Amino acid sequence: MDAMLHRETKRGGMTDDARQAPDVAGADIPLLQLDALVKRFGRFTAVDRLALDIKAGEFFALLGPSGCGKTTLLRMLAGFETPDAGRILLDGQDIAGIPPHQRPVNMMFQNYALFPHLSVQDNIAFGLKRAGLPREEIKARVTEMIALLKLESMERRKPDQLSGGQRQRVALARALARRPRLLLLDEPLAALDKKLRENTQAELMRLQRQLGMTFIVVTHDQEEAMMMADRIGVMNAGHLVQVATPRQLYEAPNSRWVAEFVGGVNIIDGKIASRDAGRVTIATPDAGGIIAAAPLQALTTDQVCVAIRPEKVRLSAHESAPDDDDAGGINRLAGVIAGISYLGGQTRYQIRLDSGAQLRASVANIARLDLDAFDPAQRVVAWFAPDDCVVLDR
Amino acid sequence: MSGRRLFTTPARRAAVAPLLWMLLFFLLPFGFVLKISLSQTVIAQPPYVPVFDPAQGMAALKAAFATLSLENFRLLAADHLYILSYLRSIVVALISTAILLAVGYPVAYGMSRLPARWQPIAMILVIVPFWTSFLIRVYAWINILQHDGILNKTLLALHVVSAPVVWLSTDTAMYIGIVYSYLPFMILPLYATLAKIDTTLLEASADLGGSRLATFWLVTFPLSLPGVGAGALLCFIPIVGEFVIPDLLAGSRSPMIGQTLWLEFFTNRDWPVASAIAIVLLVLLLAPLLVYERMQRRQLEGRR
Repeated sequence: MDAMLHRETKRGGMTDDARQAPDVAGADIPLLQLDALVKRFGRFTAVDRLALDIKAGEFFALLGPSGCGKTTLLRMLAGFETPDAGRILLDGQDIAGIPPHQRPVNMMFQNYALFPHLSVQDNIAFGLKRAGLPREEIKARVTEMIALLKLESMERRKPDQLSGGQRQRVALARALARRPRLLLLDEPLAALDKKLRENTQAELMRLQRQLGMTFIVVTHDQEEAMMMADRIGVMNAGHLVQVATPRQLYEAPNSRWVAEFVGGVNIIDGKIASRDAGRVTIATPDAGGIIAAAPLQALTTDQVCVAIRPEKVRLSAHESAPDDDDAGGINRLAGVIAGISYLGGQTRYQIRLDSGAQLRASVANIARLDLDAFDPAQRVVAWFAPDDCVVLDR
Repeated sequence: MSGRRLFTTPARRAAVAPLLWMLLFFLLPFGFVLKISLSQTVIAQPPYVPVFDPAQGMAALKAAFATLSLENFRLLAADHLYILSYLRSIVVALISTAILLAVGYPVAYGMSRLPARWQPIAMILVIVPFWTSFLIRVYAWINILQHDGILNKTLLALHVVSAPVVWLSTDTAMYIGIVYSYLPFMILPLYATLAKIDTTLLEASADLGGSRLATFWLVTFPLSLPGVGAGALLCFIPIVGEFVIPDLLAGSRSPMIGQTLWLEFFTNRDWPVASAIAIVLLVLLLAPLLVYERMQRRQLEGRR
């Protein structure tokens, strides 16, 4: 199962070689290494002994609820906050003490922070002029950035004469113009409406691949993180709780908190009753005995919970549930449909189990006609495979 | 339709109030002054002709109008005293405004960089002197600057000077008085624009390689220009017409236009010439006033 999870097949047909890191001498050293990084504000610890390696050319997302420390971490990378302890190594050199204007790192701000008194081209040229580049070089790079971000004919406009999407592109152009080793993006899409956000996500991925640059994006939107990033670091209360590919994060969360934070999930508490050959049986008050795949990581006690994603829960009308004698055994729970939410692509069912517990199932609407749909109060069997169950500490 | 009228009628009425105010307390007195400026001086009460008397009917009114003349304005142009007074007023106002900017900008900048909870306190400290009468504060300066005043005593005690310095009745004293009195008018608009500047813009500048100095000159200062303009005009315009401070603190060799006006009005009892001085002063100040007005409007439009 573990091996299967590592075989990445998502990302809309993108091939693996397209995402390969560019040839860098000593590519075995990560571009960015965070070592026991600590940041406190008064008595509040925003970032707590955080360690993380990011490879050159990677698209990394920091995901977490608001106040988890992800923005503080980003601001430390940019140099706006000084760590209280720990090291920030960029290409093996500690940059923790270097002021922001001397770091080979650029940031795209959440509100874009465009200079209102400067035109689009002057905004883009700002960082190049500070770097003391020759005039022709500045002109060439501004033209390049304007073409790259499709800002032609807006060069002379002021930021307040641009739409939200255009402003976002100017902010990106301004940050990219200096060709930073590392581009930090603070909630880059939060201010855009949904449609524009989806286009811009694809645009960001295209840019990152094309430029072979390393992106670190901070977001609270898990869909955004999963769509764009190679790897996601999930943060909670100043800690990185899991760093994994989007698929690993969703299918193999390493804790109950991650399972609940990333996507919808059914959690059933129980106690390990028996273990044998890759399977564990968990006795649960709500759903009886559940057979699950043996957990990947060691459990601290036998007081555990079982996490099942709603789309892994299949529903059948009472009689037609598959037989037990399938390989490994199928978990079957009887109940009635208590709630139905039709969402277009899928339908979410709320099932009240006979024990009184609630279970969520989400069913893809693969046919236009609703022959398979269930009715309110209909008796159903909810069933799921042991391999779809993740056993976690409570 | 009726719903619309319900909203617009009171709004229209409300708009009449300031118009009425301006008409009664600005335009009407201005009309009087304009008329006096076109009249002849006489030894009488009031000391000028023609005097309107609407009771005498239309013909008398016409006759009164016929005697109006530009003689007083011609006098202003002919006599060096007036031209020099105007020039001096403008030069004093320009120099004072420059000093006020140089002093006020760092203060306002410092205030805007204070922790948020200290900013209102700093603002109160700037405003507090207003609670004492302006006149008393200027007299206090006489006390400080006089021969055996605090300033000379301090300088002597510190051995900066060996004999008391003459401060009073000099331009230095006048500039001290003007800068002291007008400083809040410079600081407050500057502070208002500086405090409004989004600090992420400063971070963006640093992120793009801007040193602190570059960030100040390329981001903070340009964005504070509306405040610089507002503060400069808010000081320049009244300083041109300033009377009390130069009268009390400066020497009497070259009067500012406010002093000349006072002289004509009260000492010479030449109301028509005094009125003409006032009219010319107003016309002179109209230009910076219009600039100020335009700046304010452009800023409002920019915000939209």
